[in-house]
Amino acid sequence: MELTLHVWRQDGPDSPGRMEIYKADDVSSDMSFLEMLDVVNERLLEEGKEPIAFDHDCREGICGTCSLMINGVAHGPEEGTTVCQLHMRKFKDGDSIYIEPWRARAFPILRDLVVDRGAFDRIIEAGGYVSVATGNAPDANTIPVNRDESEMAMDAAACIGCGACVASCPNGSAMLFVAAKVAHLGHLPQGQPERQKRVLAMVEQMDKEGFGYCTNHYECEAVCPKEIPRKFIAEMNRDYLKAGMAAE
Amino acid sequence: MAARKPRMNRLARTLQSSIGSKFLMSVTGILLLLFVIAHMLGNLQVFAGPDQLNAYAAKLQSLGPLLWVVRLGLLAIFVVHIGAAIRVTNSNRAARPVAYVYPGSVQSTFAGRTMMMSGLIVLAFLIYHVLHFTVGTTNPDHFHLVDETGRHDVYSMVVMGFSQWPIALVYVVANILVGVHISHGASSAFQTLGVTHPRLAFLKQGFGPGIATLIVVGNLSMPLACLFGLVQLPA
Ligand code: HEM
Ligand code: FES
Repeated sequence: MELTLHVWRQDGPDSPGRMEIYKADDVSSDMSFLEMLDVVNERLLEEGKEPIAFDHDCREGICGTCSLMINGVAHGPEEGTTVCQLHMRKFKDGDSIYIEPWRARAFPILRDLVVDRGAFDRIIEAGGYVSVATGNAPDANTIPVNRDESEMAMDAAACIGCGACVASCPNGSAMLFVAAKVAHLGHLPQGQPERQKRVLAMVEQMDKEGFGYCTNHYECEAVCPKEIPRKFIAEMNRDYLKAGMAAE
Repeated sequence: MAARKPRMNRLARTLQSSIGSKFLMSVTGILLLLFVIAHMLGNLQVFAGPDQLNAYAAKLQSLGPLLWVVRLGLLAIFVVHIGAAIRVTNSNRAARPVAYVYPGSVQSTFAGRTMMMSGLIVLAFLIYHVLHFTVGTTNPDHFHLVDETGRHDVYSMVVMGFSQWPIALVYVVANILVGVHISHGASSAFQTLGVTHPRLAFLKQGFGPGIATLIVVGNLSMPLACLFGLVQLPA
């Protein structure tokens, strides 16, 4: 099939960017979206032009590196899917496709479609861990874990930190990401000792990074490739308010 | 005192955070919602006739200082609600400085995306509404009326006001916007407050649009009934 791509090009963090138009012909419907971009890039290289920079790594939907806004939807039109797992059969011959980088003050653009998601790492550093004694690994099952709680923790832990929640949120809010990270530890016994400290520190870092405030549009939930539910945001709100109002 | 200080600092920091600002907005929003419901139920007595409505109004006036406590309390609630709204809106504009070339939305609603706009128009209307019916500056002609028992004739004031179509129109449009605001706000508030129990899930879903619909129907019924002559001046 033949497509018209409108792609955001930007030479560096401080350069002005622009949308550029590329024709992609000979696209097979079996290609993944990123393979389609690879083909376009091959041609750009042959023509002596700069290829389009975009982030990718595993191409298996598990690492959270790929990150494209496609026709206004983070990771494109297929629900519960990263863009590396999106296939061209989702598009029709003759389609125009707009490809833009994640947009948020806290995710500055490095080049073309690549943004710096270091803010997420700093939020994790602030409190997204449990402290354990080093030495021998403890025996398995020494700490019993309630089954429902472990399921909830696993649901939250599915978050791959891609940042689609921030990109899709009209407020550039990172609440779904932070809520998932708070919840996957908060639902386990190992996460209890640092539970209050964790939520306070992670939310404080989230605010410092310049993410927006959640106003409950739930766009994040709709585009999340791991389908993390909004319920975790409500849980984090409660955890945070409780911890923040409790005595020191 | 000294022992309480760290706790106060932490509380202040909590309320100034993103989640804290939303908390203040949700608590004040729910208080405003309760007021809007009580205000509507009181006013619906217009359908029970002049005697009933004027007696109700006289009773509220007789509360004296208590009435002023309620009024100042409401004012304070508004100030906090609007202050938090400005803070949230500013932070959110700053967090997304560059818009997408191809705008998209999957499940956000019109009401949710226009909360500041609907809120500001409602605020303008509230100022007009207080000047109209509480202070009496906009229409002194129908404000200074007294019924045969010597009470403020609120019933005639309302009927004469709403019989003029421009005034009725302002009330109809403004109350639709109140409904739009509440349809998102009332459900959003419970998510903000961290309600997660499955049995309370309705509060975060259908409750907002549902209560908003009841409020719009109740509040529009009064100007429309007066405009179309279903509620008339006492013979
Ligand atoms: C009739 C009076 C009002 C009622 C009953 C009301 C109710 C509410 C409620 C329940 C919320 C939800 C809070 C949350 O999501 O946690 C809310 C949010 C909000 N209100 Fe109001 N409000 C009123 C007036 C106003 C006014 C006068 C303004 C503006 C100047 C305003 C601006 C906002 C904004 C910007 C939000 C945040 C929207 C969001 O989180 O998406 N409101 N309101
Ligand atoms: S490249 Fe790893 S999730 Fe898409």
